[in-house]
Amino acid sequence: MNNSPYIRQPASVQTVMLKVLLALLPGIGAYVWLFGAGVLVNLAIASAAALAGEALMLKARGRPLDIYLADLSAVVTAWLIVLTFPPIVPWWLTVAATLFAIVIVKQLYGGLGQNPFNPAMAAYAIMIVAFPALISQWPHSGLDFATQLDLIRGGSRNIDAITGATPLDALRTGLRQAVTPMTVQQVIAGGPAFGVLGGKGWEWIAGCYLLGGLWLWQQRVITWHLPLAFLAGIAVFAGALWGIDPGAFASPLFHLVSGGTLLGAFFIVTDPVSGATTPRGKLIFAVGVALITVIIRTFGAYPDGIAFAVLLMNICVPLIDMKTQPPVFGHKDD
Amino acid sequence: MLTALLVMSLGAVVLGAALGWAAIRFKVEGDPLVDKIDAILPQTQCGQCGHPGCRPYATAIAKGEADINQCPPGGEEGIRKLADLLGREFKPLNAEHGVEKPKSVAVIDEVTCIGCTLCIQACPVDAIVGAAKQMHTVVAPLCTGCELCLPPCPVNCITMEPIGESVETWKWKYPVVRIKAAA
Amino acid sequence: MGKLFDFHGGVKPQTHKQHSTREPIAVAPLPDLLVVPLHQSIGGTPHPLVQAGESVMKGQRIGAADGNVSAAVHAPTSGQVIAVEPRVMTHTSGLPMLSVVIESDGEEAWVAPEPVNYRSTPPDEIRDQLRDAGVVGLGGAVFPSHLKLNAGKDMPMTLVLNGAECEPYITCDDMLMRERAQDIVRGGRIMRDMLGAGQVLIGIEDNKPEAAAAMRAAVAALGEDMRVIVVPTRYPAGGAKQLIRSLTGIEVPHSKRSTDFGVQCFNVGTAYAIHQAIDLGRPLISRIVTVSGNVERPRNYEVLFGTPMSHLLQLAGAKPDTDRTLMGGPMMGYLMPNPDVPVVKATNCVIAGSRALFPPSPPEMPCIRCTACVEVCPADLQPHEMYWFARARNFGKAQEYHLFDCIECGCCAYVCPSHIPLVDYYRFAKTEIWAREREKEAADQARARFEFRNLREERDQQEKTAKLAAKTAASRQTAEKRVAPKPSAIADARPAAIEAAHAEGTVASAPALSVDPKKALIEAAIERARKQREAIAPKNTENLSEAQKAEIAEIEARRAKIREMAKTHDEDASK
Repeated sequence: MNNSPYIRQPASVQTVMLKVLLALLPGIGAYVWLFGAGVLVNLAIASAAALAGEALMLKARGRPLDIYLADLSAVVTAWLIVLTFPPIVPWWLTVAATLFAIVIVKQLYGGLGQNPFNPAMAAYAIMIVAFPALISQWPHSGLDFATQLDLIRGGSRNIDAITGATPLDALRTGLRQAVTPMTVQQVIAGGPAFGVLGGKGWEWIAGCYLLGGLWLWQQRVITWHLPLAFLAGIAVFAGALWGIDPGAFASPLFHLVSGGTLLGAFFIVTDPVSGATTPRGKLIFAVGVALITVIIRTFGAYPDGIAFAVLLMNICVPLIDMKTQPPVFGHKDD
Repeated sequence: MLTALLVMSLGAVVLGAALGWAAIRFKVEGDPLVDKIDAILPQTQCGQCGHPGCRPYATAIAKGEADINQCPPGGEEGIRKLADLLGREFKPLNAEHGVEKPKSVAVIDEVTCIGCTLCIQACPVDAIVGAAKQMHTVVAPLCTGCELCLPPCPVNCITMEPIGESVETWKWKYPVVRIKAAA
Repeated sequence: MGKLFDFHGGVKPQTHKQHSTREPIAVAPLPDLLVVPLHQSIGGTPHPLVQAGESVMKGQRIGAADGNVSAAVHAPTSGQVIAVEPRVMTHTSGLPMLSVVIESDGEEAWVAPEPVNYRSTPPDEIRDQLRDAGVVGLGGAVFPSHLKLNAGKDMPMTLVLNGAECEPYITCDDMLMRERAQDIVRGGRIMRDMLGAGQVLIGIEDNKPEAAAAMRAAVAALGEDMRVIVVPTRYPAGGAKQLIRSLTGIEVPHSKRSTDFGVQCFNVGTAYAIHQAIDLGRPLISRIVTVSGNVERPRNYEVLFGTPMSHLLQLAGAKPDTDRTLMGGPMMGYLMPNPDVPVVKATNCVIAGSRALFPPSPPEMPCIRCTACVEVCPADLQPHEMYWFARARNFGKAQEYHLFDCIECGCCAYVCPSHIPLVDYYRFAKTEIWAREREKEAADQARARFEFRNLREERDQQEKTAKLAAKTAASRQTAEKRVAPKPSAIADARPAAIEAAHAEGTVASAPALSVDPKKALIEAAIERARKQREAIAPKNTENLSEAQKAEIAEIEARRAKIREMAKTHDEDASK
């Protein structure tokens, strides 16, 4: 017989993860609406691979399958991987990334709650290093489902016909042309990838992620600290550069709605397991991610830096937590 | 070539000096090893380890003359702590020196006691009071349970009684990690 | 109306208070047998003042306070003491403690009450009166009240009366305030004057409007200057530290007394008990107890200490599927070892539990560091970090993360999505740390005594040698002066003889010169004891199992070894 408290709030890891998945649905809906149903196929593949990998590892580690599979944490990881990859990556890439995340980054470190690194971001980082081309081929918005399916099945790629640079990519290539560097305005005006605020279509998806994230906050699954500090950090650091030279650096608003910023703010930076836990620690962690992200986006070789930024800050988490212990009741003046 | 050598050796000197300075500047004043070992030992002073008291045993361990698994009252936990401190491998208690027993205190059967004072002389922590031809008694809170008073007693009137748990000393158990709910 | 301060965290569980407030407080019928544990408060265990066979009056002191940090215990009714023996205590451990078992005679014959006029009595005497009346904090902490009633030294004091009662199910303070508000205010008056408090604040949660109204009316009727302050309902608003913060903004850290910050907090039930003890001269022998949970008729009863909980459960009609008895509420309450344990001063509530009412918690999952526990912790702790260290038995680290600031309110475990029994880990770590501290203290003491003993023996040895040397020198001088020693100087001559023997190169031992009278005496005593022992044949030695025999042999062998060792050690020492 257990001890007090004898009553509990009806909360569980499963409901937490389920809420995260639900909060992703508006974004996925917009994704499908604007870019076709290919992403759904990838989500299915990744979910299956994640659950299979998790089951295998749980069995090997002698853990009960039912409760740990039902906690849905593997599915969350799988979905985040898919949403950060282009929707037309071949199926084996999705499977490899998911298995890497689940088997190596999560389970080999001790499973749920034990992984020091964000599994989805670790998988993304590995894959972008291993298959840089495949990870940077983003389709045009009008690509039909049959072609997407063919590409996912591993069909041959006539790259130029189906893909275009993402806004962040276009910006990078445009600004760094050796012969005639363009200004930000020139790149945006001339590029087909750009919409009103950020990437064409992508800005709507980002908006939907924002909606889902706000719902998570309202549901008390996440606290305001991480998303707000991350977005503010992006705005401040991008804004500082933009203030120096609006021609050479993109506006903070552009940074906020481009790439994975909003997905990252509400679904990636907020990963509790590998993130900081003290209120001040959360702020430092998120601002750190924002700073590294802006630096990689502006000066680095990769189109988006969130994954690397998150992994780098993951390393600092124990130190951040240790140094930011909040004062305890009655000891606030100590 | 020469510059490279110079730079490397200069670097080595600078770093070495820095390390040396740090070693002096941030020197950790630690207890001598014997004190640290002695702090882990249970201070029963029972001699089961083959040494006349805890401190002599601590000295012997520090010198490498005795092994860390010779203290039955310290038990497995004590050996683990010693292993941690000395960076050695844990090994089970050496049965030659005895077995781990529940903590006990000596109790003198006051009817049988003849007042010979031999137990008083044997007690390493002066936990027995009495005088010649007077009945003796054990001051229970001071008794370490070393059993050294048992052999000298000419009338075998001393027994060891395990200390029971009381409401004050009762401990909450380590929570059982239930992976599956009991149906 | 003063400004209300907010405390961090807290949760809002279902209160279930409406069940037990429908009926007024009833007096629980007298049980046939009362078991009164002597240890019912923080501090020393009172000494029994009665023996089996004695008859006692209602309110007669049966346990005297052990020192000042203790409180007396009284006979809850008149009758006969049938035993003073260890009985299973009202404690989760189920361990026995010395209790006085009283068979009631049904007369309820009181001892003569000794009321005290608190205005004309020195505070020291009032404090003694309270100690001897057994008044302790009735909010659950059972800290002796007289220790908290010292006048503030250099700052104006604030007296806080705690009627917040935030735990679900419990309504004993609520009902007491509704029905006996004036007596609470009278008790508060005594405390205020003893503390020299400038203001009196009565904190009541806003889900008890009737109690707040009754208290306001009582304060007005008695013309006292006390403020009834309604605080928002949020568990644990009734924790002493949380209520003090809510009402005054002062945070009292762990290990500090609230007096040092100019505040003192008492439960309203304690105020009532103080009024009874001082104004009426009646010791604390009963209290209001909520009986609720899985029962047909939840209600508050005035219960004599020593009444078995099962008696109350029967009164309230415990339903057949009741499978456990809790003392206290569902957030902080304790599981009782059986339903027959007695009601004690700490018993504010008895809850009949069942699987349906308190379903077993779902399987424990790993911590996902979601910080839901941090959000609700009223002590501003990092519960997930403390859990991590307690689980790894890293007690030093757990303490660094302020384990002992934890008030075990259970909010963290209440919200944990991984269903980790967090409070259990903290309780485990706390008692482990206390045990280690006790062990360490004992070891330090043993070391000091051992070292002192060694020092003493060495000193004795040195003194003996010095004496011997002096004597030898003296006798040599005499020997040189006189050709032959006088017969009367035999004792003096002994060392000289040894000297001589050494000089001649022959081996002679000193004791051989004369039979040691001490040794002879010991021999005689041993002989006597042996005869005595032979007369009383040892029991239980016939039917020994092989294992027992082996154990005996082993112990004998060890004794022999130790004897051997002691001998060699002695020899080493004398070398």
